[in-house]
Amino acid sequence: MSEFFGPNEWFVSRPLAELGIFALGILLLDYWFRRWRPGLTPLLALLGIGFAAIPTRQIQLAVRQAPLQAFDGALRVDNFAVYFWFLFLAAAGVAVLTSYRFLEIEEEPQGEYYALLLFSVIGMFVLAAADELIVAFLGLEVMSLALYVLVGYLRRDRRSNEAALKYLLLGAFSSAILAYGMSLLYGLSGSTRFEEVAAALARQSTAQPLVFLGVAALTVGLLFKLAAAPFHQWAPDAYQGAPTALVGFMSVGVKAAAFALLLRLFQTALPAQRPGWAPMLAGVALATMTLGNFGALLQNNTKRLLAYSSIAHAGYMLLGFVAGNQTGRYGVLVYLLVYTFMELGAFTVLVSLRRRGIVGDRVDDLNGLMHKAPGSAIMMLLFLLSLAGVPPLAGFYGKYFIFLALIQTQHFALAVAAVLYVALSLYYYVRLVAAMFTGTATESAPLSYSAGLRLALGALVALTVLVGVFPEPMLRMAHNALIGW
Amino acid sequence: MIPLSYYLILSAILFCLGVAGFIIKTDVITVFISIELMLNGVNLSFVAFSHFLRDIGGNIFVFFVMVVAAAEAAVGLAIIIAVYRNRTTLNVDKMNLLKL
Amino acid sequence: MQVALFFIFATLAVAGAVNLLVQRAPINAALSLVAVMGALAVLYLLLGAEFIAFVQILVYAGAIMVLFVFVIMLLNAQPDEASHRSRVARIIGVPALVALLVEFAGFLATQFSDSPVRMGEYISSTEDLGMALFHQYLLPFEVTSVLFLVGLIGAVLLAARREDPPAAMPTAVSSSSAKTTPAELVIR
Repeated sequence: MSEFFGPNEWFVSRPLAELGIFALGILLLDYWFRRWRPGLTPLLALLGIGFAAIPTRQIQLAVRQAPLQAFDGALRVDNFAVYFWFLFLAAAGVAVLTSYRFLEIEEEPQGEYYALLLFSVIGMFVLAAADELIVAFLGLEVMSLALYVLVGYLRRDRRSNEAALKYLLLGAFSSAILAYGMSLLYGLSGSTRFEEVAAALARQSTAQPLVFLGVAALTVGLLFKLAAAPFHQWAPDAYQGAPTALVGFMSVGVKAAAFALLLRLFQTALPAQRPGWAPMLAGVALATMTLGNFGALLQNNTKRLLAYSSIAHAGYMLLGFVAGNQTGRYGVLVYLLVYTFMELGAFTVLVSLRRRGIVGDRVDDLNGLMHKAPGSAIMMLLFLLSLAGVPPLAGFYGKYFIFLALIQTQHFALAVAAVLYVALSLYYYVRLVAAMFTGTATESAPLSYSAGLRLALGALVALTVLVGVFPEPMLRMAHNALIGW
Repeated sequence: MIPLSYYLILSAILFCLGVAGFIIKTDVITVFISIELMLNGVNLSFVAFSHFLRDIGGNIFVFFVMVVAAAEAAVGLAIIIAVYRNRTTLNVDKMNLLKL
Repeated sequence: MQVALFFIFATLAVAGAVNLLVQRAPINAALSLVAVMGALAVLYLLLGAEFIAFVQILVYAGAIMVLFVFVIMLLNAQPDEASHRSRVARIIGVPALVALLVEFAGFLATQFSDSPVRMGEYISSTEDLGMALFHQYLLPFEVTSVLFLVGLIGAVLLAARREDPPAAMPTAVSSSSAKTTPAELVIR
């Protein structure tokens, strides 16, 4: 082993290697066995996620005290990164569980889907642990590129094609802006490492226009990925066209990855820039909440409605970043975790509405769900109430800590605005609930449940309720993730 | 004896022309080509900074930007072919299935 | 000499980029970009980045742009027509962009005007690049392999002619003929 690939590097790259090996294995075995064993690939994907979780757990135990630096400082694996790694694995696991039947109905091949899913998780892993601009850029690209393909996965569906095209064009555009911002920061600081960038920028005056432009370009690139206003246009289109089984993963994974990088950037590379940026990001957060919530009011398509609601959620999370104290960061982490359960849960119910011949993504398709499938309707109700932030459910804690942080840092106006928007959001969530409980069903085809989907739904609903009632373990996880910050 | 700023201004001009192309063009392929132009502007800025700082990092970044551009082009053109096959238009304004 | 080279090729690059915007046919846009790339390759040589200059020609102008031209030919892409959206963008977007650019150029000029760049002063040789790439930048290099694999799968998957109905696709009924393991039942 050379000095550049020692035991540290090997230890840290094991989860990445596991995911990569399983993705390749999926491609190969899919080619050999898809006739006889079509169910093999999702199983392999689950196995891969499980196998990646083992070294991730070992790394978690190892970095509890001190972070691990590997690849000559390119990766910095700390509690924060590992927290996100587990989140990505959980989201990917749910996506795999819910996808098999969905792809079968869509008559699309199975193998490449799971391979691309695992590859995008590799990108997210790299992104969450990146301690250097080049690595962050590549991680972001691997994640995005795999998702562009996955969004366009339903090749017969024009909507899917179009969604992929829009996502790709805007994604590539935002990456180019991000890269330009990185070039300015590199030029001004002389290094691509986050710590050295911070050290170099600290020596220059903060009001320097070029630093401002560099940070602006970088932030704009990330806001695109977060679907924050005014760069949110792609989200409803991409969510509507993408395979429903994927949308939950996209929404959760990309947001979490982009937030991981945003938090780390402003924590380690641009700490001196944060105060100057907070007011501007407050404006962005406010605009994001406004456009997300009002946009959601107008939708007749459930996927688009949830897309706008996810934009609004990104706005709430940005508020935690605006507050900028430890509670704010903590709030963002808690929010992302509970958001994972409830968003994936809501989309999983939508996946079960997709049957042969029925697309099931209009709000009307929810009509009469209570009579047809009471279990599904009640679970959807729980997920929607949690998304709205109603107290005994998990979603409440995300909002609680964000608002607490805003009050602690004297952002009263923002806190009031956010609370008003939460109240407004109840309207469109209740609209979906009303459709389920009072509408009359237009068709009587049974929902397409698979065992995997049932398992995922059961786990998600259990977590949404249990975390709401016993938040302690989850809060401790988020707390531990910030040790050393 | 060329000031670094000349290279940087050239890079900014190319980048902004790329942004302009992205905004005003309606043909998907030209929009995509405009993104490549933006990336070329980024690359010039990296190489210039790399030379100025006497640091190899900028060159490495350019290398990776090219790699990303290649991968993005492959996927992007494949998506364009898939769209064209189903809709036979390359005008972004006519791609309107995904509206309210 | 150096200054002359810079101005000749900088002008060429800007002219190519402007031509890209003015031309209506995609093929002309693609070829203008090739011209921009060629001009930039010369500037990279002036800046001592030999490897990047050659890769720019070989890979960027040579391979990626050929892919673009190939797709343009394959789809027989026609000149684009101006639409409402593009007119609005032209009226609002372009002046804003020009203003931003002028502002930005001003900042760049004041910040970096006293930092001359001389040819041959610093040459990032291919050897240095290789050493850096496989030592400090080993991880990003490995990650690019994943990136390319994703690109490869994506391109093949999306652009391939679909077989309908796909013979390899199992239906719920046909798969019951094969013995289903309990684990497979879980995933269904």
